[in-house]
Amino acid sequence: MHLLEIKNLHANVDGHEILKGINLILNPGEVHSIMGPNGSGKSTLAQVLSRHPAYEVTDGEVLYNGKDLLAMKPEEAACEGVFLAFQYPVEIPGISNTYFLRSALNAIRKYRGEDEMDAMDFLPMFREKLKLLEMDDKLMNRSVNEGFSGGEKKRNEILQMAILQPKLAILDETDSGLDIDALRIVANGVNALRGPERAMLVVTHYQRLLNYIVPDFVHVLVDGRIVRSGGKELALELEEKGYGWIEAEAQPTSA
Amino acid sequence: MTTTAIEKLDHHLHTFTEFAKRASGPSWLKKLREDAFARFCETGFPTTRDEDWRFTNVSAIARTPFELAQSATHLSNADIAQWHMENSAAELVFVDGYYVPELSRLQGVKGTVTNLQPAITSKEVESHLGRYLNIHRDPFSALNTAFAADGAYVRIRRGTLLENPIHLLFVSTQANTPRMVHPRNLLVCEMETQATFIEQYVSLGTGTVLSNSATELIAGENSNISHYMIEREDTAAFNVSTLRIQQERSSNVASHSLLLGGGLVRNNVHPVLAGEGSECLINGLFVGSGKQHLDNYMHVEHASPHCSSRQFYNGILDDHAHGVFHGRIVVHKDAQKTDAKQTNRNLLLSDDAQIDTKPQLEIYADDVKCTHGATIGQIEENALFYLRSRGIDEVSARRLLLLAFASECLDRMKPGPAQAHAEQLIHAHLLNVADHAHSQSARTSKGTGRNWEEVG
Ligand SMILES: Nc1ncnc2c1ncn2[C@@H]1O[C@H](COP(=O)(O)OP(=O)(O)OP(=O)(O)O)[C@@H](O)[C@H]1O
Ligand SMILES: [Mg+2]
Repeated sequence: MHLLEIKNLHANVDGHEILKGINLILNPGEVHSIMGPNGSGKSTLAQVLSRHPAYEVTDGEVLYNGKDLLAMKPEEAACEGVFLAFQYPVEIPGISNTYFLRSALNAIRKYRGEDEMDAMDFLPMFREKLKLLEMDDKLMNRSVNEGFSGGEKKRNEILQMAILQPKLAILDETDSGLDIDALRIVANGVNALRGPERAMLVVTHYQRLLNYIVPDFVHVLVDGRIVRSGGKELALELEEKGYGWIEAEAQPTSA
Repeated sequence: MTTTAIEKLDHHLHTFTEFAKRASGPSWLKKLREDAFARFCETGFPTTRDEDWRFTNVSAIARTPFELAQSATHLSNADIAQWHMENSAAELVFVDGYYVPELSRLQGVKGTVTNLQPAITSKEVESHLGRYLNIHRDPFSALNTAFAADGAYVRIRRGTLLENPIHLLFVSTQANTPRMVHPRNLLVCEMETQATFIEQYVSLGTGTVLSNSATELIAGENSNISHYMIEREDTAAFNVSTLRIQQERSSNVASHSLLLGGGLVRNNVHPVLAGEGSECLINGLFVGSGKQHLDNYMHVEHASPHCSSRQFYNGILDDHAHGVFHGRIVVHKDAQKTDAKQTNRNLLLSDDAQIDTKPQLEIYADDVKCTHGATIGQIEENALFYLRSRGIDEVSARRLLLLAFASECLDRMKPGPAQAHAEQLIHAHLLNVADHAHSQSARTSKGTGRNWEEVG
């Protein structure tokens, strides 16, 4: 069975159609990269898959593990193993990072019928993941993302992913704004999670990331549609030539 | 004044005459009561035409023929077990305005802890009672003084440090006819003392009840005092409370108000920074739903130099609830180097919820620092989605966000049994609010980014 099967997905925001018929299949173990110009709908796709209520699906179907993903609430999708690393992680004053992470982990464990983890069990695992992402544990007593630098926020997303161990990880421009050291750390964190039972959807503008997280497939999203798919060499080609040629080719079909 | 209002004043005149006949007490107290009642008759109940009452209509109180309870409804320890505070230094329990010794626990404090009545003839009480409360400005304070019969009397001796709070519990029982109580507390903290007071109002049953309390709190030189006002009564209850704080030199007072219950609530906090170098923190959280009306009237008086005051009030309002924050700061002519700050933040959970927030600065000194600000916002949908996208269900996510907002108030309380008590109450209460807000979340909540609107 496919892990994720998107069929003819159409979605609106505030009455504007952003996704105009997406078709995509991810199998367990695969890493897919989505590239495309600004405003083409990459984040919209990511948000629809993680079930943001502001996006209205007008047509199409998404099966996740054979289940109707579009019928799920955000928390259900998360508990079923969908994880979105946000392009713009949200700051939440007044809730500590550690408390937030443990609440999230326990919510997911509860959903799966597992026992909640107490602080004693949680801490060693937490420390290990912090080390993996080379993060200062002082950050963890602070409020969620509050006052974090751009790079710290992105690392915090991957830390959450490392703790929650999703089946489908969607990374929305996790590499944007990172220096090369931070990029390596984040990529390590992501690669540590790669495995035969998981799949990843990596949204990026830069080939650079794909040197570290090597994709099996690359898709190009233009104006709400996937206009071209290929292997990892497609990313190199895009880097060299930009999107112009693809957009030009895509023109006739989108008329 | 309308005829019904006059009839109701007649009603109160009758009640007062009866009360004055049987009420005991020394002659100075009788005079205090009579003067206060005369003053009340001059003004009657306030109307929304009074600047201090612009946002709060008390005509429902003015219209109701309240009677004093003839005696306390008999309650056992089991009836009030849920409100006992294990780790309190002392506990005074009042039922329908009457002190109940069997339910109270007085020992454990160096100094005097008692109900007011047995101490009423003492010089100490005479020298303080009624000296601070302003019956001319506020008709409810006049009414309280007119009917002053009992309440708590605490005197903490110089140098005494109390670890645990003194708990004053006021229970309203089922009222089949309208009932009023006028608790009157006198809390005298001498020089270099440290103490915490919890004034807590609860209901057993429902009914039309007016709790109109007044507390005079004297914070002696270099003392460190916390006071908690916790309103948890039934939503049919009227609650008017006035806390008048007299601060002497270098004293440090924290007033924490927690308004969770009651139908129509007016919370007056009136500190006078009378001694140089004193500090005052006025911290509060009000959480309203249904048709609750929660009015916070702050009146911070800077009467001497080098004092600082900090007001922080957070409001959470759902359904048709109406919140008021009126922050008045008066800086007297001699109060140079005053540092006064006021912040009121509000979360509105429904389109029908309403907040009126009004700063009022009267500054007669020239070298002062006064700032104020207020914000009104909603739950941030993006924050809600972020939490949910990690597996946290919507009710829990809402609750977490409400708690985060409320935690600003909890963080300003000194760690200890009183703070723990407040925290536990807030957690439990916000779970209900989150649950309720969730069940109506098909509403118009449409979310993007920060939504705070500067209104100050
Ligand atoms: N609330 C909204 N109302 C109207 N249009 C919106 C709204 N939110 C997003 N859009 C539009 O939807 C389109 C797709 O946005 P999206 O964020 O998915 O693009 P993206 O491919 O992720 O771009 P980027 O590479 O810049 O991150 C954009 O044109 C954007 O302006
Ligand atoms: Mg994007």
